[in-house]
Amino acid sequence: MDEHEALIDPAMLRGLTGRRYSRRDVLRLTGAGAGALGVGALLSACGVSGGGKKVSTSKDAIAAFWDKQKPTGQFNFANWPLYIDVGSNKNDHPTIDMFEKKTGIKVKYFEVIQDDGPFFAQVSPALKAHQYSGYDLAVITNGVYLSDFVDLGYLVPLDHAKLPNFFKYASAKYQNPTYDPGNKFSVPWQSGMTGIGYNRKLVGRKITSFYDLFDPAFKGKVGMFADNEDLPNAMLVAMGLDPAKTTERDWRKAATKLEAQKNAGIVRKYYTQDYITALSNGDTWISQAWSGDIFQANASGASDLEFIIPKEGGLLWTDNMVILQQAKNALSAIEWMNFVYQPRIAALLAEGINYVTPVPGAKAYIERDAAASTGSTRAGLLHLAQSPLIFPTAADYDKLYRYRVLSQSELTTWNSIFQPIYQS
Amino acid sequence: MSTPQPVAAARDEGFGDDAPEPGTRLRGGRRSRGLHIYTWVVIGWLMLPIVVMIAFGFNNTTGKFNFAWQGFTLRWWEHPFAIQDLTGALVNSITIALIATALATIFGTLLGIALGRHRFRGKGLVDLVLFANIAAPEIVLGAALLSLFVTLGVNRGYVTIVIAHVMFDIAYVAVTVRARMAGVDPSIEEAARDLGAGPWATFRLVTIPVILPGIVAGALLAFALSIDDYIITQFNAGQTLTFPLWVYGATRFGVPPQVNVIGTMIFTVGVLLAVANGLVVQRRRTWKPLSPALDEGATE
Amino acid sequence: MIRRLRSALVPYALALPAGLWLAIFFVAPMIVMLSVALETGNLISGFTLTWHFATFWQAIDLYHVQFIRSFVYGLVTTVLTIVIGYPVAYWIAFRGGRRKSTYLLLILLPFFVSFVIRTVSWQFLLADNGILLGHLKAWHLVSQNFHVLATSFAVVLGLTYNFLPFMILPIYVGLERVDESLLDAAADLYSSKREAFLRVVLPLSVPGVFAGVLLTFVPAVSDYVNAQILGGTSTTMIGNIIETVYLENNQYPTAAALSFVLLAALLIGIFAYARALGTEDVFEAAAA
Repeated sequence: MDEHEALIDPAMLRGLTGRRYSRRDVLRLTGAGAGALGVGALLSACGVSGGGKKVSTSKDAIAAFWDKQKPTGQFNFANWPLYIDVGSNKNDHPTIDMFEKKTGIKVKYFEVIQDDGPFFAQVSPALKAHQYSGYDLAVITNGVYLSDFVDLGYLVPLDHAKLPNFFKYASAKYQNPTYDPGNKFSVPWQSGMTGIGYNRKLVGRKITSFYDLFDPAFKGKVGMFADNEDLPNAMLVAMGLDPAKTTERDWRKAATKLEAQKNAGIVRKYYTQDYITALSNGDTWISQAWSGDIFQANASGASDLEFIIPKEGGLLWTDNMVILQQAKNALSAIEWMNFVYQPRIAALLAEGINYVTPVPGAKAYIERDAAASTGSTRAGLLHLAQSPLIFPTAADYDKLYRYRVLSQSELTTWNSIFQPIYQS
Repeated sequence: MSTPQPVAAARDEGFGDDAPEPGTRLRGGRRSRGLHIYTWVVIGWLMLPIVVMIAFGFNNTTGKFNFAWQGFTLRWWEHPFAIQDLTGALVNSITIALIATALATIFGTLLGIALGRHRFRGKGLVDLVLFANIAAPEIVLGAALLSLFVTLGVNRGYVTIVIAHVMFDIAYVAVTVRARMAGVDPSIEEAARDLGAGPWATFRLVTIPVILPGIVAGALLAFALSIDDYIITQFNAGQTLTFPLWVYGATRFGVPPQVNVIGTMIFTVGVLLAVANGLVVQRRRTWKPLSPALDEGATE
Repeated sequence: MIRRLRSALVPYALALPAGLWLAIFFVAPMIVMLSVALETGNLISGFTLTWHFATFWQAIDLYHVQFIRSFVYGLVTTVLTIVIGYPVAYWIAFRGGRRKSTYLLLILLPFFVSFVIRTVSWQFLLADNGILLGHLKAWHLVSQNFHVLATSFAVVLGLTYNFLPFMILPIYVGLERVDESLLDAAADLYSSKREAFLRVVLPLSVPGVFAGVLLTFVPAVSDYVNAQILGGTSTTMIGNIIETVYLENNQYPTAAALSFVLLAALLIGIFAYARALGTEDVFEAAAA
């Protein structure tokens, strides 16, 4: 570990002992006229207060940033745990190894993201203070948090000349998304769908509609999501609307329906990640669900679970690679972005992660890997290559909508309408 | 740690043997046996989820989730440390908890003695601070501390996690020690001083042994809080991972059985410490508050 | 003279390390948080200090249901932990013999593994047709619709489970110092064992119970994990609200205001409790 990458920054020890504090720091701390505790100074630099400037995405601004960058031999990659391929001894990540071998760039891989909200809360004070967050590249879900990162000017505009593979290999469905027009700040890592998961045996019939979640026959056995993206947007889609085109009046109508569903005692609980345990245990019979989970739950011994995109439509969400401001290794990070769009690499990632890959060309490589292997591995890979949960069909994609992109004032209204449903 | 002789003699009565003692009319044998069983029932209840955790470390799951029983396997035990980040996180968690517990126990004990024994100006304020510290929602504690570190330009990492843990551990130790202190007769210490013991000797040989159960209990609580903390750590962790952080993040994709295996190991080490402590203490006929083995586990 | 001065300084010296630590890493950041509560604005345009006290009233108005619920849950939890924990602490203190610390360690061991694991385990154990309820239903001891998860009962059960050690240990610490000869004397003095217990043991265990209540009731009221994992549709606690307002809404002033309302309410609650114990000084109750 080289010196400036040490986990404990020498500057920090200085800060703690205070011995080598500069005069300015002391002034900042004591906060002239703001009391002995330096409240004023703390406040002015206080991380929790927001406010920022949107980054210009003009050609000149992008060039100005990227021309300054110097090649480095490494970059810091923040990701969710288990959200990458693993090697046979589970100790390494083949895609990272291949990248390091090919480019000579060392990837420092950190599985530090537990959720978008906490990650934003963790890095935003540093970014606001124009400090290096510790990461060059991070994986962030489209939606409110990604919008916040963009609107606050916390992301580096991407130089697409440096990532030709994205436009070459990514499916058109992932180019120019509503949440980031022109992919100015982000390119997809992996995607997933929000639809309905249900237990065939317990439900006893084929589920096709979002309104099956409202069936009194399943009273107390229905699971819904407890968040301000999947719950409201799915309801809006079920009402035949494209969330992008909805207004406050639509939101209130959607909330009324969801409220009625709750008051009728149909909803057992508004779940976060643990919905899949409830569904597998039979605590819920039918539930809002994410595509990858159902596939894995069946592989993990839960039987009879099925995932569908409701006939009214479902949601498509994407976890995106972004480069954070103050990045020290932006060139290395964008090289990685370009690297993972090669179908061969995308195939390895899809095999490891089992979510929707943005690279359709990966399918051929998964089939090739299947042909080269035997037994259960082969069956698994074949299943993967043919699964619409990994490679949705064109018809599937037609039924998938994006989350509503909300301005800050819209978000306040939106939250005040929908949050009381799942937080009561 | 040396056996504190003078107090040992004084306290012998308080630490009775398992065998019934003469002259203890208050506690009938039958009721005692009933309470004995009851205590084990409560311990059993506390252990219930641990039993499940251990069992699922042997689950032959073929997918990414680990919540439906699919048959017995030893394969997770063959490579318990196969997931590098998880192992690193575990090491961080244990060392951070040990360091934070040690510091918080020292600071908290001293504060607890000050509060329990002395009257001084600002005592009410200290009480208020301790109370607020316990009462403050974790998310506010974590966020507030993060603002401080960012303002000072301090990089978040291992050291800031330790700082945060000591911050929330101190109050628990202080309150526990204080509760112990409240009933200790100050005349014991005065007697020691009258017999010519210096302040340090009095402190070491009289005060500390008398409040030791409080210190141990406080340290155990601090350790439990520290090793399992999620929210405050999350805010101040920087690039450093701890066991709860990794496991919480992993729930999105399924917690791998290695987590159960490692949880089982932590648990087993704890049980071994407990058993060893019981054995060591039993073999020694003179009273000794704690074996060194437990001290290592709890306070170092 | 010097000796007296020195002994006057002793408490300050004892309190100094912890005091400094808490002043820098707790009090100072909390004062900043208090000022955050008086700011207005939003994440994108920034927050400015406008001394907007109304945030407090709005926060109470909007979330009073969850506030009241949290206090009710906290209260029930505290009573349950005392009822369940006191006999255990009593037995360990008086009959634990040489293995007292072994028992204490056993009681805390389950809490050394991640709460995520404990949670998944509880969800497995308490599943509607799981290992426990499944059998009860098969033997027709409970109705087919009976369930524990996703109810208030489950939340309180979870809270009680998680905070039990925080009650047992302080009570134990308080009881353990009770001199046995005192018990014998009491047994001689009073006619019945019950009276001896009520008149001697119980009063002597007050400091321990008080500490236990502090370490149980207070964090239980602001807990967010149990309601999120074990609760249902109307079991949200104020800790969950604060988490959502902070992380999901990024409404930092409201989150800070809620936290300080919670702190104040808890302070009043504890004060009333100490009053009930018969002391004016809240914290002197511990020494009563």
